[in-house]
Order: sequence, then C-alpha cells, then structure tokens
Amino acid sequence: MKSQRPSVTGAPRTRPAVSSRGASATPRPAARAPEPEQPARPQGAVQSKVRLSHKFDAYIAHHSTSAIDSLVRLLDAPFQSLMTWLVIAIAIALPATLYIGFANLQQLGENWEGSSQISVFLRPDVSDLKAEALRSRIAARSDIAKVVYVSPEQGLTEFKSHSGLGDVVDSLDKNPLPGALLVTPRLQNASDSAITSLEQFLVADPSVADVRLDMQWVKRLQQLMALGKKLVFGLGGILALGVLLVIGNTIRLAIENRRDEILVIKLVGGTDAYVARPFLYTGLWYGIGGGLFALLILGLGFLWVSSTTAQLANLYQSNFRLQGLGFFGSIQLVLLAGVTGLAGAWIAVVRHLYHIQPR
Amino acid sequence: MIRFDNVSKRYHSGFDALSRVSFDVEPGEMLFLTGHSGAGKSTLMKLIMLMERPSNGLIIVDGQDLGHMSSGQIPHYRRNIGVVFQNHQLLFDRTVFDNVALPLQIAGLPHQEIGRRVRAALDKVSLLEKERLNPIVLSGGEQQRVGIARAVVNKPSMLLADEPTGNLDPELSEEIMTLFRQFNDVGVTIMIASHDVELLKRMNKRILGLVEGKLVHDGVLW
Repeated sequence: MKSQRPSVTGAPRTRPAVSSRGASATPRPAARAPEPEQPARPQGAVQSKVRLSHKFDAYIAHHSTSAIDSLVRLLDAPFQSLMTWLVIAIAIALPATLYIGFANLQQLGENWEGSSQISVFLRPDVSDLKAEALRSRIAARSDIAKVVYVSPEQGLTEFKSHSGLGDVVDSLDKNPLPGALLVTPRLQNASDSAITSLEQFLVADPSVADVRLDMQWVKRLQQLMALGKKLVFGLGGILALGVLLVIGNTIRLAIENRRDEILVIKLVGGTDAYVARPFLYTGLWYGIGGGLFALLILGLGFLWVSSTTAQLANLYQSNFRLQGLGFFGSIQLVLLAGVTGLAGAWIAVVRHLYHIQPR
Repeated sequence: MIRFDNVSKRYHSGFDALSRVSFDVEPGEMLFLTGHSGAGKSTLMKLIMLMERPSNGLIIVDGQDLGHMSSGQIPHYRRNIGVVFQNHQLLFDRTVFDNVALPLQIAGLPHQEIGRRVRAALDKVSLLEKERLNPIVLSGGEQQRVGIARAVVNKPSMLLADEPTGNLDPELSEEIMTLFRQFNDVGVTIMIASHDVELLKRMNKRILGLVEGKLVHDGVLW
C-alpha cells in the first residue's frame, strides 16, 4: 500500500478554469491511466532534505499568514478590538504612570543625597564677626568639606527673590531671619554615629540656636519610595493578571466562534499547534496594540503635566525636568504587553482549544 | 488495510455501541457498512478516525496499531484518511477552493502544488468553474462533491464516508457513488456507511451489517 500510492485526484495539471462540461466532452485521462507518482514517503536523502525544507518553508509561511490573518481579523472588527485595546492600555498605563512618577522622585532624591547638607541656625544676637569666627572654626575640622555663612541680610534677599512673597517681606519693619551656616560634611558614606557626633559638636556651641540635618529627610524619603516602589510592582502585578484574564477571555470567545473550523481542521489532520497558532498571534496583537495605546495615554499625560512640573521646579530653583519612559523604556513596555497578551492567549488555548475534539 | 479484532466500545453512559466486532479489509477494497441508526456505524468510523478509543480489542490500520498511537501522532495519521460526512462539514467563511485546499495547507505543501492539486480534485468532481464561490450558494449535491474533493485532495490511501448520500435524491447519489467507484478503481480503500438498501443492492459490494453493535453479516449478499 505504501510503496505504490494511488493517485486520487489525477495528475497535476495546469489548465485554465474552463467549464467542466467542456472538459467532460474530451476524454479525461486523470486517475484512469497509471501514472508516475511520487512515493508517499521518499526514501532518498536528497528527497527527504527537499521535503524537509518544504516543510520548514510551509511552517514559516503558516506563521506569517497566521500573524497577518489574525491582525486583519482584529482590524475587521475595529470597534470591538479598540475596546479591548483600551482596556488593556488603561491597565498598563496605570502602573506605568506610577512607575514613572517614582522614578522621577528617586532621581530628585539622588540629587539631594549628593548634598548631605547640615543647616546650622545661629542665635539672632550673633554678629557677623562672631559668625565668621565660628565658620572658620568649623571649617578647620577634618570631617568638614565646606562651610558657607549666610548673613540675615543675604537670607532675606534670597527669600524675597525666590519665595514670591517680596511685598510681604517689604512690609516687615524688622528682619526676622537669623544668620545661618551651611555645613557640608566630608563624609562619603556618613555613618549615623559620625553624623550624630558632628551634630552634637555643632549644637554645643553657645551661638548656635538649632541644627537641621537635611539628610534625615532624604533618608525618610528613600524609605517612603522603597515602599512606593513595592506598591507599584504589586499593583503592576495585579493589573498584569487583569490583562491576562481580559485577553484570555477574549481569546476564549474567539475560539468558541471558530469552533466549526477548528473541528474540521483537526479532522483533516491539523495539529494542535497548527490550530493554536492564529489564536496565539491574536493574543500577541491584543497585547502589542494595548501597549501602543498605553504609550499614547502616557505620552498625552506627560505633555499635560510636564510644563506644570517645569514651572514648579523653576520656583524651587531646580533644573529638574520630568523624565518620560524614553525610547528603550517604551519598547520594553510594548514588548512586555505583547508577552502578556501571548501568555493570556496561551492560557485560553490550553484551557479551551485543546479540549475541542471532533466527536 | 483495516483490521478489527474483538473490538468493543462502551460509552461513559454505559451504552454498548459495539461489542466484539472483528473483520479485515484488504487494501484497495470497497465495502459498505450498514445497519439502523444507533447500530454502531458511526462509532466504527470514529474508531478508525481515532475520534474515539475502543474500550476493548485491537484496531490496526495501514499496519499501525491504533491503541499505541499517541495523541501527538493522531493528526499525521488522519492526513492519510479522507473523510466525507453527511452534513459536508464545509466552512462557509471561505471559497470552495480554500475549503478543498485546507488539508494541503495543513500538510504544508508548497503554494503552487496546492493550486494544482486543488484544481485537479475540483475537476474530478466537476466543480472547477465554481472554485471561487462560497459553498453556501451551492446545491446539496454540489456541497457533497466539494466535501469529496476535500477528502481526496491529499491523495489518501483510504476514504471513509458516513452517509454520503443521506440527503440526496437517487440520481445525485448515483453520481456520488460513481465518483467513489472511480477512486476505488485507482486503488483507494473505500468504506461507506449507508442504510440505503436500494443503493447497497445496486452497488453489489461487500457489506458489513451491524445490529445493536454486533456484526451480524459480512459478505456480498444481504
């Protein structure tokens, strides 16, 4: 049976699509005469190599047709697809926004960390001369990098120019600000005890009213941000699960809609992988489309917020500017969304598609 | 080609669809399977197609023991069997051409080869001029012929047909039978399930008769 497989459909013929009535008038040699037929399973090494490369070409071709067909199917129902894409986009944009926000805060925190400044406020009755003397005394210490004296007058001028409260300040009959020393310690990785001993030394001086450690605030901020990051990742995880379920459910419906087709394909010898391929691509397109829409949402939000942020930063004398995701970040986001879509489709395929068997 | 040895099939509901059925089919044979509905015709066909597994017994098709076939091998096994259904099982979201091309696309044939073979198969069933139509606009007999073209386009060594003439008038079923006979002439093993007694008499071929899941007749005359 295997060695001489009969031809059922007749010799391969290339003939124009004319009416079969005309064809039946002429004698039809198809299938009647014994014909040279290629064996069912070629034995030669060369032949099997050719067959294999054919198979590979066909495999690649099915991938590309599946990819294109599934995209065309999505675009054929634009409203429905848009809905799904937007749901996914919102679920992605939410944690992404938080992530960008915290990344920016962290950047801000890093700037502060570099200047682990100590502000030393002097008593109001301390004269410039005395303050200058204290300044050189502190600067002489080995663990001090720099000390700057800000006199009450200087302080008032600065406050007037940056606070936007110039008129109010002008109406004061007396300068309420004390003199201050801005101390920058030399400690690279200042240990808590070293900082505390420095602080004690500064407080001990009779002309010092108060010592403020800005670093403590930086540390608290960092702690808060570590907590915030965990929240972002937790939220991101939950929403990714949501995306997975949305895509999984959408694919499940698509599978149900094409049930007849799946049954026929399985009956004529389609493998599970063959049947699954278009649905996996559909999931990928849902994910990538959702990721692109998420980028759009993020971009619009960025435009909306960034000018306000710049103004705010200017008010604080900072050249801080809001950082977006950037090119690589955007690509990562879309890829991540695509992978999530693929995973959602895969879950649906495993749960539903493989159970559809011809009965 | 097909060997059933003491094959029984009991469904989960407890219904015995087949009990202790044994027969042999030679390569190139054409035979009919008959019996009332519920006698086990469809179950027997489903066992050959591996749509069901037997509860007991041995089934060997084309030298392969179906009991030892993993689910991963089933698709490749099915590519060697053409199936024709009473309800055609055509897909109405694509043309006649694409319906017939489906088994070849699945098997991964090159594009031109698919075009050649599909046209040859459609020519065989005299539907070449309708290749661009949607099968939904075709008549019942034409749809059945599209189903036959799809079953044979992959040049299978075996053809199974479940009530292929069930909904057709005698002239059309004669036409379909002529087609089957032509395929059989070139060596294809053909098994047709039918309860049309007139048809069985006309064809005068080997008949397997099933009654309540038991094989009660095996031979030319009823």
